[in-house]
Amino acid sequence: MLNGVNLRVGEGEKVGLIGESGCGKTTTMKAVLRILASNAIIKGGCVNFKGKDVLKMGDRELAEVRRKHITMIFQDPTAALNPVFKVKDMLSDVIRFSIGSSSEKLTKEKIHEMCLKVLEEVALPDPERVLDSYPFQLSGGMRQRICIAMSLTAARDLLIADEPTTNLDVTIQDQVLRLIKNLVEERKLSVILISHALGAVRGTVDRVYVMYAGNMVEAAETNKLFSEPLHPYTQGLLQSVPKLTGTGFSEGIRGHIPDYVNPPPGCRFHPRCDYAKEVCRKETPPFFDVDGKGHEVACWLYGKR
Amino acid sequence: MLAIWQKVKVMDKNENLLVVDNLVKYFKTTFGTVRAVDGISFAVKYGETFGLVGESGSGKSTTGYVIMGIYTPTSGKIIFRGEDISVHAKKRPKHLKKDMAIVFQDPASSLNPTKTVKEIVGLPLKVHGLVKSHEELDKKVASLLEAVELPPEKFMQRRPKDLGGGERQAIAIARAIATNPSFIVLDEPTSALDVSIQAKIIRVLMRLQQELKLSYLFITHDLSLMRNVASRVAIMYLAKIVEFAPTATFFQKPLHPYTQMLLSSVPVLTDEEEKLKPKGITSSGEVPSAINPPPGCRFHTRCPFVTDICKIKEPEFVMTEPDHYVACHLYTK
Repeated sequence: MLNGVNLRVGEGEKVGLIGESGCGKTTTMKAVLRILASNAIIKGGCVNFKGKDVLKMGDRELAEVRRKHITMIFQDPTAALNPVFKVKDMLSDVIRFSIGSSSEKLTKEKIHEMCLKVLEEVALPDPERVLDSYPFQLSGGMRQRICIAMSLTAARDLLIADEPTTNLDVTIQDQVLRLIKNLVEERKLSVILISHALGAVRGTVDRVYVMYAGNMVEAAETNKLFSEPLHPYTQGLLQSVPKLTGTGFSEGIRGHIPDYVNPPPGCRFHPRCDYAKEVCRKETPPFFDVDGKGHEVACWLYGKR
Repeated sequence: MLAIWQKVKVMDKNENLLVVDNLVKYFKTTFGTVRAVDGISFAVKYGETFGLVGESGSGKSTTGYVIMGIYTPTSGKIIFRGEDISVHAKKRPKHLKKDMAIVFQDPASSLNPTKTVKEIVGLPLKVHGLVKSHEELDKKVASLLEAVELPPEKFMQRRPKDLGGGERQAIAIARAIATNPSFIVLDEPTSALDVSIQAKIIRVLMRLQQELKLSYLFITHDLSLMRNVASRVAIMYLAKIVEFAPTATFFQKPLHPYTQMLLSSVPVLTDEEEKLKPKGITSSGEVPSAINPPPGCRFHTRCPFVTDICKIKEPEFVMTEPDHYVACHLYTK
């Protein structure tokens, strides 16, 4: 599925990961947290977090990382929240688990106070009522805010947001994205924002990675990537997005995403690429640093063999 | 209710294919009556793409379904080619049913998984008695598949599960044009698809519109998409239409505070697009319940320009320039 994916997040950096459905965005992030399905095989590579390889950690160490350092917001808040517990129960569990064990013993009142505080931070009106509600009594936007509240209480280093706004309406999406952006800036967290909504990523992050069929194909600073996309796939993708200026439609990208059981050899994009050459069919392109400032692209058009 | 100016134009049978007049659809539930569509009026002209935009729960899909006769309207009129069809599809004359079709949002659930593509696309042809023999059916289905750019020999015998999302939606479109209709409701036809596939499907739809002289009612929540496909748009908020305009005018000068909020929330890719977004308004609040909509203007709970009158009196449509209508107290004198 994944085939040599490299991704780097600096401290306090906001990174975006874009690509179409089925390209391996979520799989990559699940590998980072080691929550992949049990039949997943990790053949090689490492996930380096603060100098330690997450893939080689023992259970205890891993629990520590998940508890205090890295958290994830999932796409569907309805599925992420347990329907039979009240928000209060879930939220105080998170607080007890991530903060409680390290410092002084937490009293019930203290936890309640902290719950109220985090709900206020995610701009939920009437936090007392929300705390006493079950997830089904809340709207989609509110549920996603609860998920954000839960992950922000625990995260001290890295927040992975997996399509956090895909199920939400645009006006709510806008609010949620602004909220995530403000809160992580306040707390100096690093963020990986995964999305197929290109515009949402553009407005939120500093640097963007583009994935195609289990491969990283391009990485660049956000403005650079959207103004001068280099990889033929990135170009096709950006052209396919309808614009508010009403400039019409591109052709889209011909063909479809390859089969992962038997992916095409060489560059996985070559069967759909208009510029495919001989070498593209045989060898996987490495990352070429195009401008010397970190705009990297995995395409033979930009490097010599 | 339609204002006088609208009524004269709207009732003109030669200009309008479909007229919706003060359409209401309520659903009774155990929690109370959901006002899904609460008195909307518009008209679709021959050969145009009329866009209906709104967020989830605004009633845009219900409107499409009532027009198709999937639901019976609670009150109000639907007039198609001058004939009143404000009843359930079962009670409509057959020649009119043949003349309208719908494409649903999710092709995975709108196509029968046990049938082959040939059976799916061929069904409306059989129902309406448009083919007389097996050979004719084969030929007709093949030409329909070609029209949506799928090679017939490859697809005829396959089943929906073997197809990608874009191909499935193309099949749904082939089925919709099978009876040679003049009007198609497109209910979020591309929102389940990736952008590169979306571009292809939209191109197919636009080409078919030209070739077959189709009129579309295009329902979507995606404003950027709407900008590129529709000739006129109507924006819905909580079961009501709040603004109507020709597409270009609308995007240059959105008037209603809700439409401004909606436009300012659209994530965009270029700086030119950024300039088109209204400034000085940011999204806040959530859509209230459709069981108990706020009195007066339904948007007043989220509106930054709210005044006292908004909370009591429902605003009426005003024409600010030719063909641009808005229902907001800011624009009434």
